[in-house]
Amino acid sequence: MQAPSKNPIRISWQALFSVLMFGFMYLPILVLGFYSFNQSPNSAQWGGFTLSWYVKFFNDSRILSALSDSLKVAFCAVGISAIIGTLMAVGLARYKFPGKQLYQGVSYLPLIIPDIAIAVSTLVFLAVIAVPLSLWTIVAAHTVFCLSYVAFVVSTRLVNLNPHLEEAAQDLGATPYQSLVMVLLPELMPAIVSGCLLAFVLSMDDFLISSFTAGGGATTLPMEIFSRIRTSVKPDINALSVVLMVTSGAVALIAETIRYRSEKKRLQ
Amino acid sequence: MSTKAPSAPAQVQTSSPQWLQALLLLAPAGIWLALLLVIPTLLIFQLSLVPDIKPGDIVNPSGLDNYLRIFQPDVLKVIGRSLLFAIGTTLLCLLMGFPVAYWIALLSPKRWRNLLLLAFVLPLWTSSLLRSYAWISILRPTGVLNTLLTSLHLPTLDLLNRSPAVLIGMTYSLLPYMVLILYASLEKLDRRFLEAAADLGATPPQAFWKVTVPQTLPGIAAGSLLVFITGLGDFINPELLGGTSSMTAARLIYNQFLGATQNWGFGSALSMVLILAVSLAIALLIKYGDKNASSL
Repeated sequence: MQAPSKNPIRISWQALFSVLMFGFMYLPILVLGFYSFNQSPNSAQWGGFTLSWYVKFFNDSRILSALSDSLKVAFCAVGISAIIGTLMAVGLARYKFPGKQLYQGVSYLPLIIPDIAIAVSTLVFLAVIAVPLSLWTIVAAHTVFCLSYVAFVVSTRLVNLNPHLEEAAQDLGATPYQSLVMVLLPELMPAIVSGCLLAFVLSMDDFLISSFTAGGGATTLPMEIFSRIRTSVKPDINALSVVLMVTSGAVALIAETIRYRSEKKRLQ
Repeated sequence: MSTKAPSAPAQVQTSSPQWLQALLLLAPAGIWLALLLVIPTLLIFQLSLVPDIKPGDIVNPSGLDNYLRIFQPDVLKVIGRSLLFAIGTTLLCLLMGFPVAYWIALLSPKRWRNLLLLAFVLPLWTSSLLRSYAWISILRPTGVLNTLLTSLHLPTLDLLNRSPAVLIGMTYSLLPYMVLILYASLEKLDRRFLEAAADLGATPPQAFWKVTVPQTLPGIAAGSLLVFITGLGDFINPELLGGTSSMTAARLIYNQFLGATQNWGFGSALSMVLILAVSLAIALLIKYGDKNASSL
């Protein structure tokens, strides 16, 4: 590898390689898009343009009910996480107490432990306390990793926050509750929103933890997709992928814009 | 455990009961994590020590039976395969990710950098299941790759349902994480050191190995660790792209709980080993890496 060249017009091998890697990252997405509009589903040749795969999955009641289960799980888990994850991040930033390191360590575990291990232990726990598996057990399990991600994103924002803001509010007569809601919360909002979007996407994406905690009561979208694609390529799943990718791509852009704006504001 | 109220706040203020505020902030998440993470993990540890006693057993199995089973050749083979996939993916991500991160962080036009990085990691936001699934369309015998090779009069490749497909899928899934972490590290690189190295007569490769690599070592370590541990527990890529001959640790654990022949005790032991392996890798990074890397 070479040192940065003084001449900006010269094209380095890193640039060429990067272009190749960008192609690598987008190739599968383009291929799915290609197949989703392709009339002949089983060859790589173009068989003519069609929207029938899209029509097919929009009329597929199992896919739609799986989508609705996934959305319910994601909204509930993220909603709970937004509140208790933010409270946790604020609490950890503000107070020192015995066992804080242990608490903090545990709060990061879901980001580190492989999904399969979390899935297995949650299943065992639910079996031991004899809770019937349902949509709500998925919500409870998803909240564990969602709250970790929300707290993680909010914590990074808290580190960069002016610690005197709240003190000033309290000096001016605000109660701790008022200073939390009226001073701290607006400051943290961009971080809470981008943490929630991240958690939402991860919840919608999760396959393992859902399969272990769903029982017969619910089927999330990844579970439904998985049960179909392990056997062969399904063109209506291609269409579904494109719709999902466009949607989550849009969510990603929103999240990044919020993060970028708040960072810009902070630097000013 | 973590549900206990913090008893002694460090800074004592007279106006309001601080322990109550702290309790209100920390208890909800603490209880949730204790109930659904800490207790379950302790439970599978306990379960892993319960031997699987079959009717008609002459010798009563010991509490470590589930762990001893891991040393059977067929299980070791599965674990070895998982390790190889994880290590191979880490090396590939490092080789492919470093030049990209280097180019975005140091060589690309400055005002494009955020956008380029965002564009590179954007696929991360889409379903990991569907991204792996896309590779089936590319790698299958009549897929995109072979159609392309045939049209170029090259021999076709039979990659799907074999190890190369798993490696491709895993590398594809984890490359953005590697680039993200390496970028953060390379961005902080002090270019004056590179200029100084050049002034002192170092060739570009020398400057790279003596200046760039040592300065970004924390990022390299953190990125490699993240990719390694995520790869070690990966379920989807081996499952979709590896076929029946590529069973990995995650699939083996899955089978013990949701498969046809279940063995919860053995599955719990395997889970504990996976958790221990991951914790050990992180502990090593924190001990030998610097502050930069451990904060990730």
